[in-house]
Amino acid sequence: MRTADFIKLILRSLTAAKMRSSLTALGIAVGICAVTLLTSLGEGVRHYVLSNFSQFGTRIIAINPGKTLTGGMGGMLQTDRPLTLYDAQALARLPHVTHVVPLVQGSGTIEAGGRARSTDIIGANHAIHSAWQFNIALGRGLPEDESGRSRSFAVLGHKLQQELFGGQNPLGQSIRVGGMRFRIVGVMAAKGQMLGFDLDDMVFIPVDKALMLFNRNGLMEIDVVFSDSASTDQLLASIRKQLIARHGAEDFSLISQDDMLQSLDNILQVLTAAVAALGAISLLVGAVGIVTIMSTAVRERTSEIGLLTALGCNQRQVLLLFLGEAVALSLAGGIAGIGVAIALVLGLAAVLPALPLQLSLFYLSLALLLSIAIGLAAGITPARQAAQMNPIDALRAE
Amino acid sequence: MRAQLSPLRKQQTMIKLSQLCRTFMLGDQAVHALNNINLNISPGDYISVMGPSGSGKSTLLNVLGLLDVPDSGHYLLQGTDTTLLSETERARYRREHIGFVFQSYHLVPRLTARENIELPLVLAGIAPHDRQKKVAAILAQLGLTERAGHLPNQLSGGQRQRVAIGRAIVMQPRLLLADEPTGNLDTQSGLDVVAILEQLNQQGITLLVVTHDNALGQRARRRIRMVDGRIVADELAGIIASEADSHA
Ligand SMILES: Nc1ncnc2c1ncn2[C@@H]1O[C@H](COP(=O)(O)OP(=O)(O)OP(=O)(O)O)[C@@H](O)[C@H]1O
Ligand SMILES: [Mg+2]
Repeated sequence: MRTADFIKLILRSLTAAKMRSSLTALGIAVGICAVTLLTSLGEGVRHYVLSNFSQFGTRIIAINPGKTLTGGMGGMLQTDRPLTLYDAQALARLPHVTHVVPLVQGSGTIEAGGRARSTDIIGANHAIHSAWQFNIALGRGLPEDESGRSRSFAVLGHKLQQELFGGQNPLGQSIRVGGMRFRIVGVMAAKGQMLGFDLDDMVFIPVDKALMLFNRNGLMEIDVVFSDSASTDQLLASIRKQLIARHGAEDFSLISQDDMLQSLDNILQVLTAAVAALGAISLLVGAVGIVTIMSTAVRERTSEIGLLTALGCNQRQVLLLFLGEAVALSLAGGIAGIGVAIALVLGLAAVLPALPLQLSLFYLSLALLLSIAIGLAAGITPARQAAQMNPIDALRAE
Repeated sequence: MRAQLSPLRKQQTMIKLSQLCRTFMLGDQAVHALNNINLNISPGDYISVMGPSGSGKSTLLNVLGLLDVPDSGHYLLQGTDTTLLSETERARYRREHIGFVFQSYHLVPRLTARENIELPLVLAGIAPHDRQKKVAAILAQLGLTERAGHLPNQLSGGQRQRVAIGRAIVMQPRLLLADEPTGNLDTQSGLDVVAILEQLNQQGITLLVVTHDNALGQRARRRIRMVDGRIVADELAGIIASEADSHA
């Protein structure tokens, strides 16, 4: 049989019972629509999270004290040498390194002009502005002092400035950060949130002051930014060599932004797939609908099957005809479901732009393939019944 | 038809059934629907098969049409032992050599008269262009041109059976098997259908008609009578053919 005729015959059978075919396809459409929407949501979340992380650039390597063996937050059992400002200075001298940001983070109370606010305190150096793309809206950034003898200057996050000073110019004002006195030299440009963490509600102080403030002897992290003249692996190697030389052992852990994004991506992809699998449950219902309808069709059209056999159809052709009907039903449902899902995603994106929804060609094609697979799986048993029918009994049925 | 062109071929056998048996089990009781049938059919024959209900007429037709397979014995169709064919090969033989006409028409209800006639061509993978010519010729031949676009339920019984005949002959088979083709028709429509079948036979097709209608049965040149799965009479236009003759 010619393909065009095959398709035409199948469509003739399906359109002969329009209501029934539409309802059966609807079952699949709902399932496919659910899968498509849920994967769009999963993909949206993935993109949202990844873009949040990669806004700092990807050429960053973070160094933390303590050796992690399995990628967890290890380092508690060993007596590690702390990461020091001298380590940071040494790393800054490595080739290809453009910025080194020593970091200490904590929280405390900020007081200014009678107002107080409890918030995050970041100890860093002037390099943080270029390394993390934290731009200055007003005044200057953190001072470029020799580490260890920094002046007590502070830079306010955008929101913190609003909260403490309202519309007034805070430059030159004095604040107390966890009991220490600082002078405001700058205000950050608004940066927004990262995974619900408000980057604007922070105060930035020189890292050596932060060490004193929190009474720490080591840094929490050193971020190394490197130029694109070297690869991540090259930098990882030279940082590791340098620090081992200084510490005498590998008592620190390195993670590149690349690695982190990669593992995040893996986790989020698994999440998306899991969510899609949940949506697939409704597809199961649709598949049962196809099995039911096709079994009914085979029973109703018994004499037609006998006729087809008498006209010279072999079992394989009868099987293909009925299997084709099941696949066509499922595929029609799949296409409709995908269409509705795309319309919904685009509509929602227009109405609620904040919603992280992302259509992925990969998942769309997967949904299409899935609907074909469902048609095959649901149609095979009824189609087999049709093909294995005894033609004489079939012809006698009326 | 090649068989018609050569007078030598006409005497050859087209179908040879030897010691053919077909038994059905009804519970633990064996029903011998065909009991040791020996039968030769020549190309161009016009045969009627008559006999009481349950005598095995339809079973004989089904075996001849390769829809059913005998339990024992041999069925040679144009020299090929069909009992050795696979399911797919039998399907191909049915498609290319055998046409069926049923008492209850068996038209596909959602296809028009034209499409029903066209169906065997479609299933055989013949190009639309070639199909159109053949179907148009058959519609004209059967006086159905006006009704080509009608669905079966918009046609009379006689018209439906004519559509069914058109479908049976559109692949130009050598053998036309009709199981009570007039069983559901009034006298006039029945006569019309018989006239068409006989016309086809005159054009060379081998025609085998199962019927309960004695008058219709007598029209055939060769009349076979079955009882209890056996052929009890085989008359050739008035002369009684002996067992020896049909074996010759
Ligand atoms: N599929 C089957 N299963 C069991 N028995 C069958 C089957 N087909 C036919 N038979 C039996 O075989 C015998 C012959 O049946 P067949 O249909 O050939 O008779 P028939 O001569 O065509 O009768 P009728 O004139 O009523 O159509 C009957 O006894 C019938 O019950
Ligand atoms: Mg019968």
